[in-house]
Amino acid sequence: MKERFLSAGDRALIVEFGDRIDRRLSHDVLRLNATIRSKALSGVVETVPTFRSLMIHFDPLVTTRGDLEHAIRSLLDHDLGQRSEATLWRIPVCYEGELAPDLTEVAQLTGLTPGEVVAMHSRTRYHVYMLGFLPGFPYMGDLPVELALPRRADPRLRVPAGSISIATSLTAIYPYESPGGWHLIGTTPIRLFDIGRPRPALLAPGDAVLFQPIDRACHERVRRAVEKRSYEVVSEPIGA
Amino acid sequence: MKPSLKVLAPGFHTTVQDLGRIGYQDIGVPVSGALDGVSLRLANALVGNPPAMPGLEILLSGPTLEVVADAVRIALVGPGAGLKIGGENPHVVAGGQSVTLSRGEVSQVVASQFVACCYLAVEGGIAVPLVLGSASTYVRAALGGFEGRALQSGDMVPLAIASAPDRRELRLSNPLDPARDQPIRVIPGPQLEYFTQEAAAALLGAEFRISQSADRMGMRLDGPPLHHRQGWDIVSDAIATGAIQVPGSGQPILLLADHQTTGGYPKIATVISADLPVVGRRRPGDALRFTAVTVEEAEELCREQERDLLQSEAALLPVEDKATTVDLSSLYGDNLISGVVSGLE
Repeated sequence: MKERFLSAGDRALIVEFGDRIDRRLSHDVLRLNATIRSKALSGVVETVPTFRSLMIHFDPLVTTRGDLEHAIRSLLDHDLGQRSEATLWRIPVCYEGELAPDLTEVAQLTGLTPGEVVAMHSRTRYHVYMLGFLPGFPYMGDLPVELALPRRADPRLRVPAGSISIATSLTAIYPYESPGGWHLIGTTPIRLFDIGRPRPALLAPGDAVLFQPIDRACHERVRRAVEKRSYEVVSEPIGA
Repeated sequence: MKPSLKVLAPGFHTTVQDLGRIGYQDIGVPVSGALDGVSLRLANALVGNPPAMPGLEILLSGPTLEVVADAVRIALVGPGAGLKIGGENPHVVAGGQSVTLSRGEVSQVVASQFVACCYLAVEGGIAVPLVLGSASTYVRAALGGFEGRALQSGDMVPLAIASAPDRRELRLSNPLDPARDQPIRVIPGPQLEYFTQEAAAALLGAEFRISQSADRMGMRLDGPPLHHRQGWDIVSDAIATGAIQVPGSGQPILLLADHQTTGGYPKIATVISADLPVVGRRRPGDALRFTAVTVEEAEELCREQERDLLQSEAALLPVEDKATTVDLSSLYGDNLISGVVSGLE
């Protein structure tokens, strides 16, 4: 599919690569994002990569949609660079007891045992497609097909911060307490978003995530270390 | 004691806002900032501040503030808003001009009954720490502003300077037009193709009304339902401020400064940036009509608005002693004497 240019008002231009959640589309989005950022196009204010499109916010006092579209088409045709460097994060998750309030139900709905759900969820390497909904909230995929469920019919008014959730083909982590309609199958003690850090969001679009099951004692130890800011999530660079 | 404004009564929803938190939407942080950036900029100009300084955004009903500093120069801007200064025998200062208050003086912001927001700027600015480059408050994630929340009674809002320099007070050369009946201009899309032709026609032909579900994140609009042609669940994409998204119910939601950065509902149209301040001033219960323009027209309107605003900022006039106070108190008398402005309830 050829990319489409769509106006979202007079201050944002969308380059849409497709209409599915798809790793190849995500790759295209992230490449264009990295290219536009490295070129510092005149009038571009910020860019927002999503599953299948890139939104480019611009200042109409500096450029126009027409000029910007022209410049981006030229990048797409002749000058597309590589994606930015990314990071693999190993995120500790406790899948036990009240820290996993929907695990039993998810097991029933999928015809698996709770142990199988945890094993499947934690042995998959996820791609961070995008951040949205809340500061630092990562949309990650793809879940093993056996775990794919629709959202809950009755969304919760309060999902605790750190909840590991699944719905459709995706998994996510709630950085803050908030309302939410996904199934909660675990809890991480780490902080997804912290304005005290040079990069406030732990995860960036294009990063990879592996969940490491931990027991409750370990969860408690890590939680205390996070509070004292003496815990670092294990990570390693991965190529673009 | 640090120079500050002590909050004696907070008003309905008073927050610190500047022109927004730019550059963090890719990590899910909304832009926030003033719903009506034009009024905030004019308020800043009146007290000699740069345009993007943080001020107080006052929604629906105003706070009462006591000066805890030697001299504080403030300006309130918002169509129809005014300041009631002093306790027993208050005098009234209309919006659109600066005024300097001394230690212990109490001023009550009396918001217009017809306009949703007004802005109070303080010379030197409000001394809250910048969070991700902005002083704007984003209440949902407790980011920025005064402790990440709306003001409460007893708060001491810190000020950057303790004593405003002695000089002539300034006023706007023209009153701000609330543009209460102006149709709101939109650019169709980005997902117009998800809607029936009837829905597209209804958006531009029908009258909508801002429902009681309205806040800094967005306003639900009552009106004819806007039906989808091909489902209402899209793969989430990014959202621009002013987007009119339509969930399965067909009831549109016009997204404002605190909107989430991404979402999964189709957007039928997007309000042009020049009209965002006009939308920001509308209240629950107000009517809205939409009319379509092209991107090129919207870009020209944006440039035109900026030219007008720069001209207004440059064309401030000195306040003549007495004369304005008398005129304006009669002008605003009705609104101020009743003193009570209905909230969202």
